[in-house]
Amino acid sequence: MNSTCEFLLLSNGTSLPWADVPEWPADEFVAATAAEIERGGRLCAWFGVPENSGTRLIAIIAFDSEDTLAVGRSVPLSKSYPSLTLLHPQAHLFEREVLEQHGLVPEGHPWLKPVRRQNGGHPANGKYFRVEGGEIHEVSVGPVHAGIIEPGHFRFQCNGEEVLHLEIALGYQHRGVEEALNGGPHRATMSQIETVAGDTTIGHATAYATILESLAGTEAPLRAQWLRAIALELERLANHTGDLGALAGDVAFLPTASACGKIRGDFLNLTALLCGNRFGRGLVRPGGCKHDFETERASQLLAKLRVALTEVDEAAEWLWDSNSVRGRFEFAGTISAALAAEIGLVGVAARASGLVRDVRFDHPAGWHRFAPVPVAVWPGGDVFARARVRWLEIQRSAKFIEEQLAAPAEGEIFSATGELAGDTLAVTLVEGWRGEVCHVALTDAAGKFRRYKIVDASFHNWMGLALALRGQAISDFPICNKSFNLSYCGFDL
Amino acid sequence: MSTFDPITHRLRHGCQTMAFPAGAPPTLPDRHGGSLRVEAAKCAEGCTACAPVCPTQAITRAPGNPVVLDLGKCIFCAACVEACPTKAITQTNKHGMAVRKREDLLLGKTGEEELRLAAALDEKLKKLFGRSLRLRQVSAGGCNACEADVNVLGTIGWDLSRFGIQFVASPRHADGLLITGAVSRNMELALKKTYAAVPSPKIVIAVGACAIAGGPFIGHSQILNGASSIVPVDLFIPGCPPHPLTILDGLLRVLGRLD
Repeated sequence: MNSTCEFLLLSNGTSLPWADVPEWPADEFVAATAAEIERGGRLCAWFGVPENSGTRLIAIIAFDSEDTLAVGRSVPLSKSYPSLTLLHPQAHLFEREVLEQHGLVPEGHPWLKPVRRQNGGHPANGKYFRVEGGEIHEVSVGPVHAGIIEPGHFRFQCNGEEVLHLEIALGYQHRGVEEALNGGPHRATMSQIETVAGDTTIGHATAYATILESLAGTEAPLRAQWLRAIALELERLANHTGDLGALAGDVAFLPTASACGKIRGDFLNLTALLCGNRFGRGLVRPGGCKHDFETERASQLLAKLRVALTEVDEAAEWLWDSNSVRGRFEFAGTISAALAAEIGLVGVAARASGLVRDVRFDHPAGWHRFAPVPVAVWPGGDVFARARVRWLEIQRSAKFIEEQLAAPAEGEIFSATGELAGDTLAVTLVEGWRGEVCHVALTDAAGKFRRYKIVDASFHNWMGLALALRGQAISDFPICNKSFNLSYCGFDL
Repeated sequence: MSTFDPITHRLRHGCQTMAFPAGAPPTLPDRHGGSLRVEAAKCAEGCTACAPVCPTQAITRAPGNPVVLDLGKCIFCAACVEACPTKAITQTNKHGMAVRKREDLLLGKTGEEELRLAAALDEKLKKLFGRSLRLRQVSAGGCNACEADVNVLGTIGWDLSRFGIQFVASPRHADGLLITGAVSRNMELALKKTYAAVPSPKIVIAVGACAIAGGPFIGHSQILNGASSIVPVDLFIPGCPPHPLTILDGLLRVLGRLD
């Protein structure tokens, strides 16, 4: 590789001229990306940008301990390139996606299959991995599931109760989000972003708004950044509480399941108190926020937050103190720290395997530059650890909101963004409640989206669930699944 | 934990299920706004200020005709309410929004300023489903917000099962479908199969802007603009997502259990 030419560095929430991004021929670009990962980087995004008759590959790498992002690109390619997955498995799904979107073949990729491509009324799932043997049976679940859940297909290879292999085929929720964003921003763009993953409305909306502000060379007023940070934690509180309840429900521990189901709704109502919508629709807008807290509303929020927190505290204590719950949670679906790093897990799942990985701490942008959040880590890597990290984060999110309400930012909540810069690349990471939400925008000469790439935490983490099931009893699938609680639509886009 | 902790907790809190529908419904958040009211008669001559601000193309005004707002396409962002110079579009703060016919969601004309709330099922179906309705939920391109607020009806605060309404694990056990999502092309086959697997007579409920008309993705090539493209829909519940109270109101209304 060309040692004089390195990846270009930038900070979270900033942008740079597209022409400044260094480029390499295909094989050197893959080697350069691998080298960046080897010196401590992590692949946030890997995607294609069509140019003339070919496609450029773009890599966004995060150096978590250095608060730095790095970007590089290949020259336009037309047929194939040597697979990065062979060197770094965390690239496996990105390379499948690039093949599907642009037709570039990663030579040597061990499991090249469609990701979400449509094939006559259902996704083109491709051929499933199959374990042969007279004692082996296959269990096939979905796409429509036995509850109120999004669709996806799970294919288990089992020997008796034991799962030897699980393959997860998604794509059923594909709505064409990235396609719809091309040429944007359009008038529907903001509401499409808010529904990329509807339970992560604030996470995705904040990432998008930050991208637009960065492209316009402005920043949202401080009070708007403050409001976004509070809303992000309210979103985390609601979802984490719901997950603790769902986990309890799956091991038939009904006191916590019932209590958390209700308290989750109480947290959603706090978001509705702020903006009218329980999922935070209509709150975050490029340039700031659409709603504000009057003093009265803020104290109402604080009072209700404290009640909900006391209740969830109590409900969680029952869970931790119950031997039968611990018996089911401990050593179920274990992912070691080494494996988590290898496959590039993010968010709760990564932190529950002992990895210190949290965008709010590692790559602070917006209000988090002034109000740091400690990272909640638990070492076990099992269902218990993933539940435990959620619990720690519930406590810290509540404390964070209390602290912020005590020392509010003053001023306006909105300042209109101007024209978007042309031929510019912008990158934003936000720590959504599941984990890292990554948005990358590239504008054309007129300042319209030439390419908009979205990577939800689920894109990194579904493989974690598949591997967590290896050697597990199939009856533990529900708790393993709930302990990850990944998004289908956020993956399917 | 002592075994008694959850029990004393129960005693302390008592029954946490809301009094509705026997008592008053819970109030919507003050910034929610509820359903919309459109009085085309108040529109200024030739004014189309509302149409271009709507993200989901829910508002049209053909030259010489009154403005029409399709609440089925609406995601309740209130951009039109803010844009209207004559206050022809206003928020009503009403939670009830479910309708039986798609055209009952078109607002604007004199006499049709607000939506026409759902009537109950006919006597035969009411007799079958009125006290026991089992639904299979299909998310077909939903974002998990409608799904979440349907799920919430099963929690202790709402306790949907007190009305005999339950979500079941197989279409063979179901009396109907509750569909969320814009119906992605990738869910077309699964939705058709699920519908076919539900024994007749059956009802279909479309929850949320996506399931009614495609929501924020309306017109996109990867979706089919809602459930009606595949199956006949008996009840439309607008919202993005609809508030749980709006969903519950719709379910009870169609079963003839709201007086």
